[in-house]
Amino acid sequence: MLTAPDDLIQLLTHEGKRVTHADFSLDITDDEIRSLYRDLCMVRRFDNEATALQRQGELALWAQCQGQEAAQVGAGRALLPTDFVFPSYREHGIAWTSGVDPVAILGLFRGTTNGGWDPYEHNFGLYTVVIGNQCLHAVGYAMAGLREGKTEAVLTCFGDGGSNQGDVSEAFVFAGVYNAPVVFLCQNNQYAISEPNYRQMRAPIYKRAEGYGFPGYRVDGNDVLAMLAVMRHSYEHARSGKGPVLVEAFTYRLGAHTTSDDPTRYRDADEVEYWKDRDPLLRVKRYLDSVNTPQSFYDEIEVAAEAMAVHIRAGVRELADPTLDEMFTHVYAEPHPLVEQEHREMTEYFEQFGGMRSPHAAGGH
Amino acid sequence: MATLTMAKAINMGLRNAMKRDEKVVLMGEDIGKLGGVFRVTDGLQAEFGDMRVVDPPLAESGIVGTAVGMAMRGWRPVVEIQFDGFVYPAFDQIVSQVAKHHYRSAGKTTLSMVIRIPFGGGIGAIEHHSESPEALFTHTAGLRVISPANPVDAYEMIQQAIAHPDPIIFLEPKRRYWDKAEIDDSVDVMNKAEGYSRLFDARVAREGSDVTLVAYGPMVKTCLEAAAAAEGEGLSLEVIDLRSLTPFDIDTVVKSVTKTGRMVVVHEAPQFGGVGAEIAARITEKCFWTMQAPVLRVSGMYMPYPAARVEHAYLPDLDRILDSVDKAMEY
Repeated sequence: MLTAPDDLIQLLTHEGKRVTHADFSLDITDDEIRSLYRDLCMVRRFDNEATALQRQGELALWAQCQGQEAAQVGAGRALLPTDFVFPSYREHGIAWTSGVDPVAILGLFRGTTNGGWDPYEHNFGLYTVVIGNQCLHAVGYAMAGLREGKTEAVLTCFGDGGSNQGDVSEAFVFAGVYNAPVVFLCQNNQYAISEPNYRQMRAPIYKRAEGYGFPGYRVDGNDVLAMLAVMRHSYEHARSGKGPVLVEAFTYRLGAHTTSDDPTRYRDADEVEYWKDRDPLLRVKRYLDSVNTPQSFYDEIEVAAEAMAVHIRAGVRELADPTLDEMFTHVYAEPHPLVEQEHREMTEYFEQFGGMRSPHAAGGH
Repeated sequence: MATLTMAKAINMGLRNAMKRDEKVVLMGEDIGKLGGVFRVTDGLQAEFGDMRVVDPPLAESGIVGTAVGMAMRGWRPVVEIQFDGFVYPAFDQIVSQVAKHHYRSAGKTTLSMVIRIPFGGGIGAIEHHSESPEALFTHTAGLRVISPANPVDAYEMIQQAIAHPDPIIFLEPKRRYWDKAEIDDSVDVMNKAEGYSRLFDARVAREGSDVTLVAYGPMVKTCLEAAAAAEGEGLSLEVIDLRSLTPFDIDTVVKSVTKTGRMVVVHEAPQFGGVGAEIAARITEKCFWTMQAPVLRVSGMYMPYPAARVEHAYLPDLDRILDSVDKAMEY
């Protein structure tokens, strides 16, 4: 059975006890920990709402992040507003800490858009579904930043499955050669859909960094304090001109790969139970309970989460299907005669029937 | 005025583009000190430094992928893929990212980048160095695909392509790199009134009245030679240099075929599913009632690009083109 290795960088045990680490420390108050816990809870609620919406038929698909909230909130909260994020498609926690509206994220999964938000509004790039592509974009973005004399960190995320992609290895090579200020965050949630780590790699992912010439760390990805500390250190390493860092957040995907997946076909119940006891929210709650956190604190989070849920449920149903005109817009930055011709022809075609009608609309077929 | 080879003309175009816009950055294997395997970038790293003329690690997906990231920040990367057959490692980035980013970001991200690819055969190279992959790119919405046929166009089109906001696949006919022409470098290409607005227009390379030959890149010269030979046999061939494959300037071709009633499309790439098939279908649809013969195609064949010692049999040449012209005239 898969258990947590004992050499992970950890500052908060799963029993909720704060511990020290020789290389990484975190000067943090209990109120700041409560603030982190709030984010963890909001992300968990967002994730659960999205899963429910998929079950109700409002979303085509949902990629859950349950179990990975600490890795993401720690990585997200350590960012500065001038840093930039190149996510994969499961970084809902970092989207949350970056300020992206959860409803915007659901547009992609509802099928009303292939994107959903302005990447430059919150310095949070579009979700990237082809595994590993985004890591090269992060490096190029950082290379351009170097040419502009900027001291910003660029975060890019991938998973244990993604670590096998050529683009990720090439991103390591380029970042190393050009000393690009990129922090590579691998959330090792143990499964690439159904394939466990032992079918994907022979040695731990973080050790690859040495071969590419930069530091690699393996962190308890379910420990938000350790994640915050290591990510702060790594961003600062990048910003100060020391080059890239690889952080492997050793975590566990408590949910399914997506709502189309059935993890009971390839995971043992015992293993899942073991990791549920290491739930990233649970250990912070255990700690906060030990330092006399009032019930009103938890109640306030519940109220905020419920308000967010109402916003999400209403917002998703209001996400409009693209119009025919919108469907043909933005294929190119400048007009392209073929797109214009097909736009014209399809408009004329649908006009015979009173315009394009959505099969999803009320009264549709 | 200067007499330059196509390779030198592109070099001068790149230099002008880099002087014009400091966000233009060149990336490609061996393009620095070596000046590229065809010397197209000769001297540019010495002039602009290694931050703007970049010799990246040998990884095509990495080169295109990092170029995407630079373009996301408003830079204008110009990537050189060393040979046509080496673009496939970057195919994922080109199709999944380069072509789609403007669309999926609803126009928030503009990827103004050029991917230069020396393409086509006829230089006696070993395998993977003589391919014509244009249909793979023309089939991918979001890309523009263009190809100059002569040094003057190469000089102007590379500058216009770099200034354009959309990602452009720039196919350089490598067998024509050493063709020479007079280049007027006294006028700033981009300061001409039309800017890049004529970049995607086809050009009537030779006027004629019996059959229209349609070609692009390396085959334009071959078609012009065929037209000159046909003249001696009393046949008047019109030659159209497409210059751009997408957008496809259908109006120029329709105008010609309406006049001649016959058309032969010529390209090195295999016929099946090729650019010629698309042109044939569209011209047939537009010109059906004025055509005297079906559209014929002269092309490479449905096989991997063959060994160089027999490429003469694979590549369209003057005789094969005139053979098809004769067939078109027989209808």
